[in-house]
Amino acid sequence: MQGKKEAKVKVQNLTKKFGDLLVLDDLNFEVQDGEFLCIVGPTGCGKTTFLNTLTKLYVPTAGEILVNGIPVDPKKQNISYIFQEYSAYPWLTIKENVKWGLKIKKVPEKEAEESAAEMLDIVGLTKFADYYPSQISVSMLQRVVIARAFATKPELLLMDEPYGQLDIDLRFRLEDELLKLWERTKTTVLFITHNIEEAVYLGQNIMVLTNKPTSIKTVIQNPLPLPRDVMAQDFVELREHVTELIKWW
Amino acid sequence: MEQKYLINCDHVSKAFETPEGVFQVIEDLNIKVRENEFLVLFGPGQCGKSTILNTIAGFEPVTGGEITVNGEKVTKPGPERGVVFQTTALFPWLKVMGNVEYGPRMRGVPKKERRARAQHYIELVGLQGFENSYPIKLSGGMKQRVGIARAYCNEPLVMLMDEPFGHLDAQTRYLMQEELTRIRQLEKRTVIFVTNNIEEAVYLADRILVLRNCPTSVKAEYEIDLPRPRSYTDPEFLRLRREIDSVVDHTL
Repeated sequence: MQGKKEAKVKVQNLTKKFGDLLVLDDLNFEVQDGEFLCIVGPTGCGKTTFLNTLTKLYVPTAGEILVNGIPVDPKKQNISYIFQEYSAYPWLTIKENVKWGLKIKKVPEKEAEESAAEMLDIVGLTKFADYYPSQISVSMLQRVVIARAFATKPELLLMDEPYGQLDIDLRFRLEDELLKLWERTKTTVLFITHNIEEAVYLGQNIMVLTNKPTSIKTVIQNPLPLPRDVMAQDFVELREHVTELIKWW
Repeated sequence: MEQKYLINCDHVSKAFETPEGVFQVIEDLNIKVRENEFLVLFGPGQCGKSTILNTIAGFEPVTGGEITVNGEKVTKPGPERGVVFQTTALFPWLKVMGNVEYGPRMRGVPKKERRARAQHYIELVGLQGFENSYPIKLSGGMKQRVGIARAYCNEPLVMLMDEPFGHLDAQTRYLMQEELTRIRQLEKRTVIFVTNNIEEAVYLADRILVLRNCPTSVKAEYEIDLPRPRSYTDPEFLRLRREIDSVVDHTL
């Protein structure tokens, strides 16, 4: 026990079946505290099921998920989830959206107000604090959702392809913002994506999944320092290597 | 030695009347499209790209200027202009065959002839075996293949494609871009393709027109003469991607 750092997330023999259909096949892996892990795999391989099982939105058929050494429970542990769809509450202002998680966690009003203000400042939305979601653009909404997720200072942040529908320039800008927040907060991040360039741009480690039934094909360490250049030769080589591992098209 | 242009948008403008007043979407747009050219209209979200396509398709009248296709002034939709929609817009109550043969059926082409033609295009897009499936049974990529086959089946002179792969995941999108390149090598067509994805634009285009933010017009023009099939990670491909993306008026 002594001297060995406990993993932030430990997944043991995780299996999920829907009826007879085996979707997740005996997954075993660990995520270290403060790690940024990208998860990629072929289309339809069960990535979202994987994340939903990790958060216990789905009950696993077998196996165990430990966060800080105890079985995962979103009621006890501080876990944030950013979905594919924009999920800001339309009846709350931008600031109220960002404060939402803090209110649930019963953070005192003054402290919540300060945290929300700080988060809005980081994502550059201070001027829009009193707007409603319908009054701002899609990219701004996505930043609201990120600010809300980081505001609770989660120990684990799960992101399910949040930038899939954005144009490339915007995607890079939001990814840079995400990396800034991650470096600042040292949150452990699991980021699911179809986009291999995005995985190589963001991840410290890249987990490659197989087709259904999903298992872990390999985990690749990404040695490139931040910020990364998508046109650099070593970046392109890593991107091509990961593409080879999952290419089905 | 006059170059033949199949599509000509001449000083086109388009405004909508709204309760808040006149809303100008297109202003003094000039586009000429060569025969068999693959032209990509690239611009930021909500810049008016789809409105341009809708005016060429004849779904929306222009409020200024003139559009001609093959020398004929556009006033309404016509079979020489095939449209592939972003949302696929397939008829859910028709099977794949029924969707693909719809255009010729409406024009009274005899059943035997239109079936043979539909079968040809179903095979061209790689959907043989799914002729009797309803759209709901198909994946997103397969639905777009049906949409492409349906547009081809009318044997149009020009194909107007409005972000057809915008709703697909990144990997299925690569597949469909490669497929579209393959299909077009077999059956040449003049194509106007709208997208807000620069990677897709550089992969597909003979020429890219970068559009201004609303009210839209042409901001910059790039001839793309990379050999096909193109590689997404080729240094010149990545350079063009960055260069063209940098001139777009991105919105936040």
